[in-house]
Amino acid sequence: MSIIKKRQITIRSRRALSGYLFIAPFLFGFLVFMVRPMIQSMIMSFHNVTLSAQTGITHTPVGWGNYLYAFTIDPEFNQLLVDEIVRMVTHSLATMVLAFMIALLLNQRFKGRGLARAIFFLPVILSSGVLVGIETNNSLIIGMKELIAESNNMNFGTTLFNLLSTTGIGTQTLEVVYDLLSSVYDIVMAAGIQIVIFLSGLQTIPRSMYEAAEMEGTSAWESFWMVTFPIISPLLIVNMIYTIIDFFMKTDNLIMEKIHEEMFINLKYGYSSALSWIYFAVAIALIGISWFIIHMGVKRYD
Amino acid sequence: MTSKPIAVRKHDSFLVRNRKSGGMLLRQVIRKKSGVLLRTLMLFGLCFLILQPILDKISVSFMMEKDLYDTTIIVVPRNLTTENYELAAQLLNLNTSLLNTALISLATALLQIIATTLAGYGFARFDFPFKRFWFACVILVIIVPPQTISSSLYLHFRYFDVLGIFTRLTGGPINIKGSALPYLMLSATAMGLKNGLYIFMVRQYFKSIPQSLEEAAYVDGASTLSTFIRVMLPQAVPILVSCFLFAFVWQWTDVFYTRLFLPTANTMYLSVRLSGLAESLRTYVSTRLGVSSPSVGYIMQMISTGVLIMIAPLLVLYLFAQRWFIESISSTGLKD
Repeated sequence: MSIIKKRQITIRSRRALSGYLFIAPFLFGFLVFMVRPMIQSMIMSFHNVTLSAQTGITHTPVGWGNYLYAFTIDPEFNQLLVDEIVRMVTHSLATMVLAFMIALLLNQRFKGRGLARAIFFLPVILSSGVLVGIETNNSLIIGMKELIAESNNMNFGTTLFNLLSTTGIGTQTLEVVYDLLSSVYDIVMAAGIQIVIFLSGLQTIPRSMYEAAEMEGTSAWESFWMVTFPIISPLLIVNMIYTIIDFFMKTDNLIMEKIHEEMFINLKYGYSSALSWIYFAVAIALIGISWFIIHMGVKRYD
Repeated sequence: MTSKPIAVRKHDSFLVRNRKSGGMLLRQVIRKKSGVLLRTLMLFGLCFLILQPILDKISVSFMMEKDLYDTTIIVVPRNLTTENYELAAQLLNLNTSLLNTALISLATALLQIIATTLAGYGFARFDFPFKRFWFACVILVIIVPPQTISSSLYLHFRYFDVLGIFTRLTGGPINIKGSALPYLMLSATAMGLKNGLYIFMVRQYFKSIPQSLEEAAYVDGASTLSTFIRVMLPQAVPILVSCFLFAFVWQWTDVFYTRLFLPTANTMYLSVRLSGLAESLRTYVSTRLGVSSPSVGYIMQMISTGVLIMIAPLLVLYLFAQRWFIESISSTGLKD
């Protein structure tokens, strides 16, 4: 019989087996620590879960009760969700623009470029975990900030806000602008990885492209839109998705706080699971929408 | 300039050359200089924005409490003291919690690197059924916020049991929450903090290494495993180092899993102690000094000191390993 053919199959299946062995730890972890908890929390979100020392965990089915409660009865959840979504959209757009601008600046040749790049990447390391929350969560510090704002009317942000509101632009838009201005710090702190990704993209553009564009008579502005932007645009998707995920997972996020509070202080495991599923669905939807929009925009340049 | 040759001599002064060019030279220089000025201003401002909180914390942490209220003192403390550091170290239980944090961070980072490298290599080089499906699962791991599964993970480790073994042995599920075990289990199975991202990064890196290297090893008779260890791993050192550093740093500051797995009150873990620093300062002050509660400024000062103590090792690490952190990110963003 055909020994060679049999041999080939065994080699291929042996490769497949080795492949599975290599990803085995991940597979095990994924099934046990990701799929199982996800299914469980899905089930829990349709139940009222109570813990007690004697009986352990007891589930009481409530159907869609937890979800309905979140949207119709809970006094703050809807408001928090809308606020977070608005904040996320404005902040991630601002983060992208700022990261792109900084990457453009860092792409030029000047002394101390390495140092500047290192400083912009520093927040990736320092603004994680406990360090994010420690300054915003402390109610005392918030109180003190208010005190400072009251006693000191020459606060730049408020002055500017008052000045701008005399111009007659709708206060809604002004509030967004004001919010962005006052959170420039947060935005810069969230832009470390995006800057590096944009910068590495910019560095792959060969100089000859710009020289060719210059020979054709484009201005710097035009060559930005004709050369730089189309080449960089695939990175927009990567960065946008990263920014959104990063924003959603931050621990100082209001919804995260609420979920944590419902779970560990009010001990409503079922309700907090329902909240986190709603939140996850919103995150997926937003990632999908932004991916779609950017994808459409990118395609036009092909 | 070219149509009608004007003699430009090298030793002409700037003004003479400018006049000869009809003002072009001056305009050009001004445009260039103002661009540089604008760029410098912007970069300096933004860098200052990032560094300012750290610098501010450093200056505050060396002040005595009364310096905080003295309006004539702005940055440089008048009464230099290291008292704050001593008290913060005491409140943080520095020795124990630093050791615990370092041990847990090192162990989890090591395990995570092993698990994610294996998975990344598997995805980069082998063809097996459902590969695309499993890789989509990696992406899912990146996207799912850990909060979604946190409640059931919490219960899972609270009433821990493997296939009913512990119920037979001890008469009930055991509580392994509060030990380092949940961390180690999650890390060894590539489910720790941001592990999906590391798998993705490692896979991208392995994909960029030419396949001929392994083929040569196979021709020489090496097995799959020894090819991986002896040929591929040495090639992948840069990405391994940077993933290790990220895992270490993010575990160091992590408070999410720590709040989940370790009981919050008296955990000797740096990030937990730090987030409870204001509370422990309040109890310290009210029991030792008999004052009802410390002033807001003093609490802030102590928190600043605590944060500095916590990030000092990370800053040193970043100072020396900055290249590894940045280059891995820039190499992964491009491919695929």
